[in-house]
Amino acid sequence: MDIEAIRKDFPILDTKVYGKRLVYLDNGATTQKPTAVLEALDHYYKTYNSNVHRGVHLLSQQATDAFEAARTKVAAFINAKHTYEVIFTKGTTDGINLIASCFGRGFLKAGDSILISAMEHHSNIVPWQMICEEKGATVKVIPMNEDGVLQMDQLPALLDDTVKLVACTYVSNSLGTVNPVREIIKQAHSKGIPVLLDGAQAVQHIPVDVQELDVDFLVFSSHKLYGPTGVGILYGKEEWLNKLPPYQGGGDMIKTVTFAKTTYNDLPFKFEAGTPDMSGAVGLAAAIDYVTAIGLDNIQKEEQALLAYALEQLTAIEGLRLVGKSPERSGVISFLYKNTHPFDVGELLDKQGIAVRTGHHCCQPVMDFLGIPGTARASFAFYNTKEEVDILVAALKKAAAMLD
Amino acid sequence: MTIQEKQDEIIEEFELFSDWMDKYENIIQIGKELPMIEEQYKTEDHLIRGCQSRVWLHAEYKDGVINFTADSDAVITRGLISLVVKVLSGHTPKEIAGADLYFIDSIGLTSHLSPTRSNGLLSMVKQIKAYAIAFQVQEQK
Ligand SMILES: Cc1ncc(COP(=O)(O)O)c(C=O)c1O
Repeated sequence: MDIEAIRKDFPILDTKVYGKRLVYLDNGATTQKPTAVLEALDHYYKTYNSNVHRGVHLLSQQATDAFEAARTKVAAFINAKHTYEVIFTKGTTDGINLIASCFGRGFLKAGDSILISAMEHHSNIVPWQMICEEKGATVKVIPMNEDGVLQMDQLPALLDDTVKLVACTYVSNSLGTVNPVREIIKQAHSKGIPVLLDGAQAVQHIPVDVQELDVDFLVFSSHKLYGPTGVGILYGKEEWLNKLPPYQGGGDMIKTVTFAKTTYNDLPFKFEAGTPDMSGAVGLAAAIDYVTAIGLDNIQKEEQALLAYALEQLTAIEGLRLVGKSPERSGVISFLYKNTHPFDVGELLDKQGIAVRTGHHCCQPVMDFLGIPGTARASFAFYNTKEEVDILVAALKKAAAMLD
Repeated sequence: MTIQEKQDEIIEEFELFSDWMDKYENIIQIGKELPMIEEQYKTEDHLIRGCQSRVWLHAEYKDGVINFTADSDAVITRGLISLVVKVLSGHTPKEIAGADLYFIDSIGLTSHLSPTRSNGLLSMVKQIKAYAIAFQVQEQK
């Protein structure tokens, strides 16, 4: 992989901050966009912007074709069996809210439970709490150990008759843990329980095949996959999507409307009320093309090597504590320096041109469990380099000396 | 010294640093000189809410002026609150309530006063003003 050539595809990487070349290590929050994506957006708005599924005129047909082609591209990217199993959403959060609401209304009753994991992002906790509260159901949690590894030995007992759905993250955004999702899906399915995977931190790092995983629902965000913000994907197995009641009501999701009764549209439109994010879908398609051209397995190999190097370099810094020590990991490295506050480290890195994230990373229960206020988190993409890791390490040493 | 003079002195001091890291080195150093809040006040009551880094603040009103002591678990925040404490301590409630803390902007740390940052400085300034107003009311009675 020619990293220097790849970096040229991402204009923002040349940005200077505080007079230094930007070292962008906040890819877990959002990734940067290659020129191909920016051009696709530009081209869309300059040449065929129009509303989809509505007009007889040429531009509307072109926009519709591009939007549906994007859906086909996403379906191929995750190897969905049918294109109509791919629903466009606003993002991961939106996709989880959709399933929580529809699944909850369709299948949850008092005494039932939803099983999540101890390392979920707030967006895979709160929607379940909201629907469970409404239905008199409860949220149960698969615990983890101090290293940030799920205690899988507890899973069989947790999967009791009350559990109606398992919602779990594939990769933890705060700890970097890659969860044993195949085993979770297998065990859940053996009891007839469907599984939703939060793929927000997975699809950009690990090739994901929904048929091979046999997962029932997968959600992710375009903006973490080098695509535009504001659009995301919900994949659902056809049988499940057909069983669920619709989500929001509005245009596009209907077949016929009278004041007495409305009949709903078929998949995927049943779940896509209103004008969708057309340019976002087109941009996401361009991002998928870009990533696929490089090859997600190549990306995974490069990133794993970079991650291993970063882990090795960071652990060599005296006083630096890694938060999250799963042997199976991807994407992010969370850390603390001695007992200093993560904000201090984050700020001193920022002033040296390095963008990391600090805080609880929308995972307050993780921080509470570990008894820490938060972490500083470096998160990597395939355009990051070993030199950037070295810059991070040198900057951390400088910050450490100031904080000692 | 008036609140304004103290601020101008800080601005002048920070003009010496052209490099951000030197500036921060100085802020951290200043934090070490912060009049430490007594352990007895480092309680939930004195904790300023809504910050991700924790800030404790204690105000004492005596002989017509307020003196502040404070602490934080983040050292940069501690340096900044130390500057605020230095600027405002020893002044009357009226002076404090009406003070415009322009030095934070002048030394390039405006971002610390952004509400989204929730690092404690903004909430602390608000809390200090609230104390000043409360003591002002008390004085008028
Ligand atoms: C694991 C995980 N789940 C969910 C989300 C929420 O994604 P979004 O804000 O794009 O909806 C994120 C993003 O921070 C995440 O990392």
